Amino acid sequence: MSNAINRRTFLQGSLAGAAAATVSLGKNTEAATFEGYPDAMGVLVDLSRCVGCRSCEAACNREQKLPAPEKPFNDFSVFDEIHHGQKRRTDETRYTIVNRYDIPGREHPLFRKVQCNHCLEPACLTSCFVNAYTKTPEGAVIYDSSVCVGCRTCMVACPFYIPTFRYSSAFKPRIMKCVFCYDTRLTKGLPPACVEACPQEALTFGRRTDLVAAGKQRIRENPGTYVDHLYGEHEAGGTSWMYLSPAPFEQVGIDTTVPKEPILNYVKDFLSIVPMVLTIWPALFAGFHLLATRKDKMAEQKKSEGEV
Amino acid sequence: MNVFVKNDQKLPIVDNVRPDGGVWTIKEKLWLGLSKEEYKAQFLRNPVNWVLIIIFAIGLPLLLQRYFMGLGSVTHGSDDYPWGLFLGFGLFGMVPLSASGFLLGTTVEIFGRKDLAPIERLALLNGLLGYFFAVVYLLVDVGMPWRIYYPMIISLGPAAVLFLVAWHVATYLSVQIAEIAPAFFEWARWLKGKRFVKSISIGLTIAGIILSTLHQGALGALFTYAPTKVHPLWFSANFQWIHFFCSAIFAGLSMVICSAALCKTYLVWRCDNRFLDNVDRNTLALGKGCAYALITYLVIKMVGIAHDQDWAHLLTGWGQYFLLEMAVAVVLPMILFAYGVKHQLVGMVRWAALISVLGIVWNRLNTAMICFNWRMYQEIPHWKEVWVTVTIFALYFIVYRFILYRLPILYEWQGEK
Repeated sequence: MSNAINRRTFLQGSLAGAAAATVSLGKNTEAATFEGYPDAMGVLVDLSRCVGCRSCEAACNREQKLPAPEKPFNDFSVFDEIHHGQKRRTDETRYTIVNRYDIPGREHPLFRKVQCNHCLEPACLTSCFVNAYTKTPEGAVIYDSSVCVGCRTCMVACPFYIPTFRYSSAFKPRIMKCVFCYDTRLTKGLPPACVEACPQEALTFGRRTDLVAAGKQRIRENPGTYVDHLYGEHEAGGTSWMYLSPAPFEQVGIDTTVPKEPILNYVKDFLSIVPMVLTIWPALFAGFHLLATRKDKMAEQKKSEGEV
Repeated sequence: MNVFVKNDQKLPIVDNVRPDGGVWTIKEKLWLGLSKEEYKAQFLRNPVNWVLIIIFAIGLPLLLQRYFMGLGSVTHGSDDYPWGLFLGFGLFGMVPLSASGFLLGTTVEIFGRKDLAPIERLALLNGLLGYFFAVVYLLVDVGMPWRIYYPMIISLGPAAVLFLVAWHVATYLSVQIAEIAPAFFEWARWLKGKRFVKSISIGLTIAGIILSTLHQGALGALFTYAPTKVHPLWFSANFQWIHFFCSAIFAGLSMVICSAALCKTYLVWRCDNRFLDNVDRNTLALGKGCAYALITYLVIKMVGIAHDQDWAHLLTGWGQYFLLEMAVAVVLPMILFAYGVKHQLVGMVRWAALISVLGIVWNRLNTAMICFNWRMYQEIPHWKEVWVTVTIFALYFIVYRFILYRLPILYEWQGEK
């Protein structure tokens, strides 16, 4: 008998748990149709204008008070650095970098700036189990180091390989990533430091919706100049930073296999089974137990009846 | 220990009452009824302990280095490969190997297969320790281990897969402690506690099934966050969770088969006849389960490939590597299990179990590291990272053995129960 009571309380408990899980999933479904904050800002990067002066790198380093780099920002030998067959990437000392791409058939090399693309539905945010990330209405994806546990799932989830980890610190490790100069500039309506520093107007700061239109206009008005694609309009569900390129995107180190939907969509299949397992399993396995022990119970009953 | 038991009739302790009529104290039980000198002598005689001493002599300083100089001092601190061996082996490998607890719990308590009871406690212990040490590996790996409880109370991100993993592993650890507690209560002679746990055992077992289904699956689902990074043959947005869950079934069962085989060979003094007489028969029964789980796994892996139209990848180098994994880690043990069970060849079933234990670790390492970033470069772990991983595993081994020496896992308690 005591078993039955416990089973009941247990069922109640798991129902409550399932309800809680459903509520939290409910929030997700709302996000499924999320197309970004209407007034969110963004930046349009035009690779045909970038000359690889690295002013943006220097400005970012200053603005974000990052450690001094190994080589000064006017040293262009960094473009030849190769680690593990890869060009430079963001790391715990730099939120943005510029890489050079020598493209066969082109007179001049192309340069591409790398930083957080500030997705509309960021994978880092949706994969974080302590809610350390926030997508602000201004468009920035910011990070709160005071709750971060350092599990680095965001780094696994980011399709652009942006978040980095301060591995060098034992007591104050944290994720290091571009925050769109959120607290120092974006909230005051100012463009991020890198944009302001760009002498070539390769970076255009503005409302994302306007930038999408502007980017397409630039493609239309300069036939033959650009690849007919605005990278970031739909990639990973849409990003606040978008790219125009005169050469195929793969040739400037941009991953064209990034899906045109939020990364979260790949995870939803699993998330949706959670409440089902929570609610169905208790009844199913309690049922198996009753079936499996039925014969013994019957035999017991018969025996006791026989005795009477 | 074998030598001691041969020479001394009063060992091992299986009862509250000493041979001379007194009652064993907890302290004496902890020392296995030996004097300190005797304990030291048996410790030093065992060559396994010397290997462990060497592992720790290098591993402990490395662990200190990790905690005082940062993760980057013992690993390559890669931003491209955020997860290395600590998680690739320690979390993704150890957790499926620890599915044994919920599997045997279900079989014995829910399905009423009392004939498997002699091996149930070993399976429960194997499960508990595997999970516990997966958490230990986590504490080595996460950047701020002192905040490990944050997802529980400080800042909740309930829509994240890792949130489920954290909650389920934490709750399941408590469930497993409760499930194995009767063994401790018998040994510590506190029967009230045991009776209470027994009264809720069905509820505990069902809770165990739910939590196991979800977090074994969730570990797979963690990789669905990286659709462009994990090689398509090891990735399936729709079925990743069930691939991980299904493979945990044969992994967990195989791990108990291996563990039981080690116990019956090297720990005979601690086993009673109930265990020794049943272990071969139980091994065959578990082997049968493994064969079924393996064929199911093979089929759903193929369904995964068919669903995502990944056939063309099979013709590439990665495809051959994938087929090698399938052949060695799935088809080979499957045939050995099936043949061994049919012809009652216990030895063959044990070899199959060993292959499938190694095979599942291989699969998890493939998913987490080797076939991760498949279009980039291959990360080879720093030797210090390997050594720390081995050190934690050695600690796992020691705790496992410590408990088997004492608690009534491999034998039935002779005193009041």
